[in-house]
Amino acid sequence: MHMIKGEDLSKTYHTGEVAVDALKGLDFSIEKGAFVSFVGPSGSGKTTLLNLIGCLDRPTKGSLLVAGMNVSDFNRKDSALYRGKHIGFIFQSFNLIPVLTAFENVEYPLIMVQSVPAAERKKRVLELLDAVSMIDRQSQLPDQLSGGQKQRVAIARALVTHPDLVLADEPTANLDHDTAYGIIRLMKKIRQEVQTTFVFSTHDTRIIGEAELIYRIEDGVLKNGNMKGGTDV
Amino acid sequence: MFNLFKIAGRNLLRYKRRTLLTLSLIVLGVVFVAVFIAVTGSFKAMMIGQITDSFVGHMQIHRKGYLSSIDTLPLTMNLKPKAVGKIEHLLQETAGIEAYSPRIKFGGMFSNFAETSNIRLNGVFPEKEMSTVPLFLSRIKSGDGNLKKGEILVPELLARGMKVKVGDAVVIIATNKDGSVNGKQFTIGGIIESATGPGGRDGYIHIEDAMEVLRMDEMEISEIALRVKNFGGLHAIYDTLSGLLSQEKNKMGKPVFEVHTWEKLSPFYNIARMIDVMTLSIKLMLIAIVLISIMNVMIMAVYERVREIGTMAAIGTLPGKILSLFVIEGFGLGLIGAISGSLISGAVIYIINLSKITFDFGRQKGMLVSASISPNDLVMISIIVIIVSILASLQPAIKASRMDPIKALGHI
Repeated sequence: MHMIKGEDLSKTYHTGEVAVDALKGLDFSIEKGAFVSFVGPSGSGKTTLLNLIGCLDRPTKGSLLVAGMNVSDFNRKDSALYRGKHIGFIFQSFNLIPVLTAFENVEYPLIMVQSVPAAERKKRVLELLDAVSMIDRQSQLPDQLSGGQKQRVAIARALVTHPDLVLADEPTANLDHDTAYGIIRLMKKIRQEVQTTFVFSTHDTRIIGEAELIYRIEDGVLKNGNMKGGTDV
Repeated sequence: MFNLFKIAGRNLLRYKRRTLLTLSLIVLGVVFVAVFIAVTGSFKAMMIGQITDSFVGHMQIHRKGYLSSIDTLPLTMNLKPKAVGKIEHLLQETAGIEAYSPRIKFGGMFSNFAETSNIRLNGVFPEKEMSTVPLFLSRIKSGDGNLKKGEILVPELLARGMKVKVGDAVVIIATNKDGSVNGKQFTIGGIIESATGPGGRDGYIHIEDAMEVLRMDEMEISEIALRVKNFGGLHAIYDTLSGLLSQEKNKMGKPVFEVHTWEKLSPFYNIARMIDVMTLSIKLMLIAIVLISIMNVMIMAVYERVREIGTMAAIGTLPGKILSLFVIEGFGLGLIGAISGSLISGAVIYIINLSKITFDFGRQKGMLVSASISPNDLVMISIIVIIVSILASLQPAIKASRMDPIKALGHI
């Protein structure tokens, strides 16, 4: 079953009178429960594609199905609701809310996006903090955590709403090799435990091999369809 | 909602110095307005009390047209006994009237057998006058504090100028409404202190003596001063009375009587209005201070937290909640500012009262400032501050809620 299916997916940006084609007629599909990476150099269109899949942006042309819904024509509010219910986000710069503790950051989507009862919230947050080995630092503010620890908290936050899909845009770009590797392994492990679909973008050759399915993207075009992880890209 | 308040509270504590600076501006504004209202309100209440309780009364009833020619104290415009009877009946029937005092006002000559001067006189029933203008008694500086038949209370300036004292014999000469000149000898029963305002330098005699001087066969009254039980309800009683009295018409169908509150009778009303205008201006300044300081701090907050807003939006926070978060921050600043400002205002007003500050107004010397502010005023100031705070944070909050998550996430 397809978790994501893009057909003739295009995105054009207009800068003044200049039109820039960021994505040019992409056709691709991602199965449910997959651990997929979009790879390519900076400016190739990885982030644009992830923004479209994440309902943060709308395609100029083509159709895009995410978790069974055509998200191409969502308005602003529908997009926000859909994101809150079906998609978890992991960002390159962790993007934790600085005034909230690790526990509160993970809890945030359950309060502000979904309205989960307090007891259920606490259970879910503690389970995930335990899964990312951050339970001992749950009371610390983001400023008191290292980069790797912040990203662990961000992973817990992305998963706490039980999303169908987790999108991670360059999740290891700001981390050293060992930490980056650890984060990818952690994402992979949790994916198996919670049976969700992970899609991440990267141009970090050290971790690409961890993906089970790799899409190579260059100048807004998918170059090689898809291939199995571990392949030399 | 609690969580929104929690996050908003922590965001305010995030930049402590900036929050403190904004709060101190709001507090300063609140204190300034509250203290201004307390001091000017005290001054106003004191002056109105002085004027109404010394000689004017809360309201006066005259024959129609009398007030416009009051400078000449025309005896031809006095109220006939039948008209006075109607008015007295009406006053006794109307609820909320504490006392009333009929007066015969006229101008005459005052002679100490060596010199002669002008004098304006009020013929009054002493008991009724004292009930209607309770400070009347305290204005009598010499004598036994009473006004008996055959006695006159002489204004202090005239007494000083004419070098007369209590017990001296003087003569009052006046022209009656027919044009004949009459005189009567009086004994000075007391010296009456001057008061600021029209009628503040008048002398007083018994109303029956006034009738004798003016050779009235029946009591013709120039004015009826009256006092209401509750000053706050003055205008309601005025409306009732003027409504009832306006029904009395002469043969030509014109109203016979006119009723005026103290505002029409004393020029101090214009000063009181000026104080009100100044208070309004100060309130507008407070609004400007709160508006600018909160808007400034919230615009900065939005600008500094663009990525954070982008993150919130990306993970599915609805625009309404993002808007609420920033509005609550503004509301929080306003609320804390209003509460702190009110408490500090209370302390400042207490210190002012402890300092026993005095001031002079006209011939009244050493009047003690008794600053006070009603809880209603403080609540009103606080509500203004809070509403303005919310309004000031709306624009930045709307901007934050409408931010494009992609642009916000890419903000450096």
